[in-house]
Amino acid sequence: MRLIVPLRGVIQGRGGLFVGSLIPCCLFYFLQLYLKRRRPPPSDPTELPRTSSLSNLFSRGNSIGRVRVSSRAVPVAKPSDSPYYIGLERVKTDPYDRITNTDGIMQLGLAESTLCFDLLQRWMSENLMDSIMQSDDGEFDISSIAMYKPFEGLLELRVAFADFMSRIMGGNVSFDPSNMVITAGGTPAMEVLAFCLADHGNAFLIPTPYYPGFDRDIKFRTGVELIPVHCRSSDNFTVTVSALEQALNQARKRGSKVSGILFSNPSNPVGNILSRETLHDILRFAQEKNIHVISDEIFAGSVYGDKEFVSMAEIAELGEFDKSRVHIIYGLSKDLSIPGFRAGLIYSFHEDVVNAAKKLMRFSSMSVPVQRILISLLSDVRFIEEYMKAHKQRIRDKHIRFVEGLKQLGIPCAESGGGLYCWVDMRSLLTSYSEKGELELFEKLLTVAKINATPGTACYCIEPGWFRCCFTALADEDIPVTMERIRQLAESSKS
Amino acid sequence: MGLPLMMERSSDNNNNNVVELSRVAVSDTHGEDSPYFAGWKAYDENPYDETHNPSGVIQMGLAENQVSFDLLETYLEKKNPEGSMWGSKGAPGFRENALFQDYHGLKTFRQAMASFMEQIRGGKARFDPDRIVLTAGATAANELLTFILADPNDALLVPTPYYPGFDRDLRWRTGVKIVPIHCDSSNHFQITPEALESAYQTARDANIRVRGVLITNPSNPLGATVQKKVLEDLLDFCVRKNIHLVSDEIYSGSVFHASEFTSVAEIVENIDDVSVKERVHIVYSLSKDLGLPGFRVGTIYSYNDHVVRTARRMSSFTLVSSQTQHMLASMLSDVEFTEKYIRINRERLRTRYETIVEGLKKAGIECLKGNAGLFCWMNLGFLLEKKTKEGELQLWDVILKELKLNISPGSSCHCSEFGWFRVCFANMSENTLEIALKRIHEFMDRRRRF
Repeated sequence: MRLIVPLRGVIQGRGGLFVGSLIPCCLFYFLQLYLKRRRPPPSDPTELPRTSSLSNLFSRGNSIGRVRVSSRAVPVAKPSDSPYYIGLERVKTDPYDRITNTDGIMQLGLAESTLCFDLLQRWMSENLMDSIMQSDDGEFDISSIAMYKPFEGLLELRVAFADFMSRIMGGNVSFDPSNMVITAGGTPAMEVLAFCLADHGNAFLIPTPYYPGFDRDIKFRTGVELIPVHCRSSDNFTVTVSALEQALNQARKRGSKVSGILFSNPSNPVGNILSRETLHDILRFAQEKNIHVISDEIFAGSVYGDKEFVSMAEIAELGEFDKSRVHIIYGLSKDLSIPGFRAGLIYSFHEDVVNAAKKLMRFSSMSVPVQRILISLLSDVRFIEEYMKAHKQRIRDKHIRFVEGLKQLGIPCAESGGGLYCWVDMRSLLTSYSEKGELELFEKLLTVAKINATPGTACYCIEPGWFRCCFTALADEDIPVTMERIRQLAESSKS
Repeated sequence: MGLPLMMERSSDNNNNNVVELSRVAVSDTHGEDSPYFAGWKAYDENPYDETHNPSGVIQMGLAENQVSFDLLETYLEKKNPEGSMWGSKGAPGFRENALFQDYHGLKTFRQAMASFMEQIRGGKARFDPDRIVLTAGATAANELLTFILADPNDALLVPTPYYPGFDRDLRWRTGVKIVPIHCDSSNHFQITPEALESAYQTARDANIRVRGVLITNPSNPLGATVQKKVLEDLLDFCVRKNIHLVSDEIYSGSVFHASEFTSVAEIVENIDDVSVKERVHIVYSLSKDLGLPGFRVGTIYSYNDHVVRTARRMSSFTLVSSQTQHMLASMLSDVEFTEKYIRINRERLRTRYETIVEGLKKAGIECLKGNAGLFCWMNLGFLLEKKTKEGELQLWDVILKELKLNISPGSSCHCSEFGWFRVCFANMSENTLEIALKRIHEFMDRRRRF
């Protein structure tokens, strides 16, 4: 009775604004509550009714929802929009070949060397089988290659690597095998370090221009950000402490937590060898800010200039700063021309990082037969000395030829002392001094001149017009061909 | 009376303290502090050796297959003149191997893997080499799939008891949770629709989104194949909930009688509907069936194009060296060899299994009726004073310290019943197995006397 009277009043339009609006609202609310109680328990919206058999389910023609992947997986499969990858893909469709495809695209976008392949091939044909098949008593024992071995790599391999690294880095620093974790390539080494040193959402400072692959290696699964620290041609693209300081402060203002500094030495794509002073400054800065230092030294053995290579390990060993913040990445893809082998390593002065990395190696460890080959290879000191000497000499020769060829066209290169590439100043060929102009030039190089060179934009270079050109896969005869194509492009852009 | 010291924690720890590590680095999700791994430590410190240390700890906690090593050795020695198999001479030669780092993987190797997987299933399912994604071991394959199918804080449903390594492999870096599907001995630990529904509901009640079910078939640690009907129910369940189904079939070649194994691939073979197929993914590896864990060869086989593409790209973090691929491609394509190997391997594992089960029976110990794998699931529940986790671990400790046998307690496999143990038998010689059984007999005799 009490409810009905006011209701009737509402329906009849009496009762005033308050009652007229309150009561319908309350009723509506109670109606929803009632219906909600009656509804079956919440379930996946795409859930289908249970059936007794699988075939029954399908034959009823039920529309089954498409199953989804995780949201972090979505960006991974997307075709990359980076010119770095676009260029590499294009070459695959029409690769230059001296004999069968002289009009093909010249590959200058892949930092790999085949200059000393003949030496490596000879060693392999003489030693490969023995290195895998032979065990201590001369008999083949399959357990030496087939069984589970520690995921961080055989001790003999770590010892061999420690010796090898010391050798190629000028002999001024020694490496302790127990600080080393062997990985299936430089890529997992980088990712595992990122997982260990930074949480999801944290960041590393990274001097630009930098190797485009780092975006994938670091960001794909770890969620760690890369904050560019811009370097300029006036410094030959060498990082300065003031630039680091500035980048760190800006990051803090944005609320980003910086966990470390990552850089390549020799640098990629410029090819700088960082001086002792610069390395020292970086470590002091890291100490002051209490962050990590990751030195990617994967081109350490590919030094051809006059400047000597100094490893961050050497600076760490000086004892001036807390060395547990220093971590090094190395691998054999560049120095020893065997990217297919997947041989990399993490070297860290931090015991807990080494321990965590060891455990994480179950996801990316090097196969044991390959470890055996490498033990044999790296311990063959005579061969290694011969190889490294030839490797450096041949890169140097090729570098001189390539840079000279560009010089003849009026195209200068940045100073470089290491790596398998040079950092070419193509600003004179730009139609407009801008990122747009650079990408247009990249496209022209690719489609008209049929040369794949990596534009600075892909490397986050702040100054437009710079391109990375890898020359170590070029035969001497290919260089004039390349130069001629560039010359023609330059002519046509002038007209 | 002074004011308490206010320690200002600046955003980047500007007080020269020890440098910080990530949560992943300091987490104990790697699980290496659990009994499963503690036993390994005891073994490492005092390993059994037939000649040099006959009273040492016998490792019965490692599922490794050494029973068919001789077949591999002979093959590698005979069919490998001048190391041609290793690629040191001839074409495709060393050069191609050395430079090849394409995450698609060598075509010849993928074809060989597909063919090998088909052989194991007696030709009852076909595998497309272009759906094979290579990873450095099945551990990496499981982790990779988890990254792709689930976001942090989502869950995968996994039937118990399960391989202890899953806690680490599926959860550590991925941030994904495992919600157990409880199985018990009343029906030989088979997965029931009720158990599935219950696990799903448990997740939902905790506001956790379920992304898939992950099973191991044949099961580790049970050593038994999953029945066809159960597989069909599972797929039905996954379709209804619109989630994924991952079948880890790394022991598929270790089923004692080939006819007793049904792969999820066979179920999917007869389905045309893409929206059903594309939720199914299979993990495989050469570590168990071929006894080559050191080679680090695993694979994801997915019926989902998107997953294949994504997995391929992500496999950059876990590539199989081209040298390894090359070496194995010729071996796995040698159908005469693989057919013989698979057949003999099955027979030898069956014989081993029978030996251990008989031996245990004579000692008064029953095992779950198994038909696959490198281990048996032993029931020592009757020896427990208290059927609790503590009781089980006490018994495990006694077996480790007194019998010097490292076996895996069911609690480390999340078994909801206490007293079960996984005992591996394929990673040792027949003699060693006899010694282990002798120790167990003596132990049981001693117990009976008191």
